[in-house]
Amino acid sequence: MNFMASKQPENSLLGPEADSQRTLYPYVTGTSVVALKYKDGILMAADMGGSYGSTLRYKSVERIKPIGKHSLLGASGEISDFQEILRYLDELILYDNMWDDGNSLGPKEVHNYLTRVMYNRRNKFNPLWNSLVLGGVKNGQKYLGTVSMIGVNFEDNHVATGFGNHLARPILRQEWHENLSYEDGVRLLEKCMRVLLYRDRSAINKLQIAKITEEGTTISQPYSLKTYWEFSAFANPAQGAVGTW
Amino acid sequence: MFRNQYDTDVTTWSPAGRLFQVEYAMEAVKQGSAAIGLRSKTHVVLGCVNKANSELSSHQKKIFKVDDHIGVAIAGLTADGRVLSRYMRNECINYNFTYESPLPVGRLVVQLADKAQVCTQRSWKRPYGVGLLVAGLDESGAHLYYNCPSGNYFEYQAFAIGSRSQAAKTYLERRFENFTDSSRDDLVKDAITAIRETLQGETLKSSICTIAVVGVGEPFHILDQGTVQQIIDTFEIAAEQEGPAAEPDAATGQDTAVEQGAAADQGGSTDEGVAPMDI
Repeated sequence: MNFMASKQPENSLLGPEADSQRTLYPYVTGTSVVALKYKDGILMAADMGGSYGSTLRYKSVERIKPIGKHSLLGASGEISDFQEILRYLDELILYDNMWDDGNSLGPKEVHNYLTRVMYNRRNKFNPLWNSLVLGGVKNGQKYLGTVSMIGVNFEDNHVATGFGNHLARPILRQEWHENLSYEDGVRLLEKCMRVLLYRDRSAINKLQIAKITEEGTTISQPYSLKTYWEFSAFANPAQGAVGTW
Repeated sequence: MFRNQYDTDVTTWSPAGRLFQVEYAMEAVKQGSAAIGLRSKTHVVLGCVNKANSELSSHQKKIFKVDDHIGVAIAGLTADGRVLSRYMRNECINYNFTYESPLPVGRLVVQLADKAQVCTQRSWKRPYGVGLLVAGLDESGAHLYYNCPSGNYFEYQAFAIGSRSQAAKTYLERRFENFTDSSRDDLVKDAITAIRETLQGETLKSSICTIAVVGVGEPFHILDQGTVQQIIDTFEIAAEQEGPAAEPDAATGQDTAVEQGAAADQGGSTDEGVAPMDI
């Protein structure tokens, strides 16, 4: 029969030597990143887990990195693609610094550069399998944006990736306001991260919170959130719904 | 400069360490009609003399908008200038597309200079025969640069290029210390006055000069003829009454700007450090 022959046209549509060179699925992945604007700049949080499918394989993955003088990049999704993006950005910042002319790429410029990269890779059917959060401050202007693996990008006062969109954003929509203090911002982020810890299977209880202001970047040392498992509903989860776990 | 055996190729050095073809290219700039630029902390003004070939023809375009925050005035081979303006516009658009941010003037100027340098080091090319006065705004303020056919570039507070530009330069040299804090309108008036200097007696009309402005909150644009003529009229009236611009004079009382001009003239003419050059 002609089953083998019918494979040929599909491959050629997708490019030469197609399948071996396109990203088809991610392998080692990070879960949500959550970020918000506060009075002095941006706060961003992410846990340090790198999952290999359903195994919580790596537990010290730094998923938030500073970029240049003015930006922070947080990533969820394929960790190796995040490392590749960091290499691109390293080169970008290097060339920017080599001009040595007092100009520097701010968070808005980096965000747009990343959007172009992500979208162009998507168009070649070889995406960088990440959802990125880019935040920063330049000349007093705060900036917070996100780019997805298909190139969807936008800015907002608070953003999140993955599960964070479903669990953290609703909390932020209720409780975020302009000019949060640093303590309030951290408290709000921790609230979001705690919910994610309870409800996201790929979350681990080891996170970093990063802060960027006009003065510079700080990424905290890893720490854990206090959790409470003695809710009565956890004690007998099947009470209201037989067969659940 | 006279013809010699080292001036055929741009890739031939003279024994004195000169590249004559590059120097000849700079001569082409000196033959073009004048262009001037001056800047304050927040604005940059470009002006040029537009001579039409005949009354029947239109004049050549010598000022180009490169982006909302950058414009350029050229002197020399205008065709070369047009090509370089297109290159500059392209660079600005590409940068804006990738970074959604305006290209810093300083970087554009360096790219332009590097492009010009290439033509001084290839046997199959010739240097661009045009000098460019690049006016632009970026994060660090207002800038005015001059790009040479040699591939050099310099930043200026005020500058003039092209034929009879020395007269304008002399005028600008007397005044430049005041430019940083000048208002936009005073800057435009100084630009028009500088252009008038290059005309050496010929009547200044808005049909033979073009003025363009870029500043904080003001994208680069060329002033329309009506506006320019109005400004010319305000000081042509005063000029008739007070004589050549260098003479100190009692204020005519008509125009505060004219009074400012007269006051500045007094300051300029009593400055004994700078002598007007005769060339």
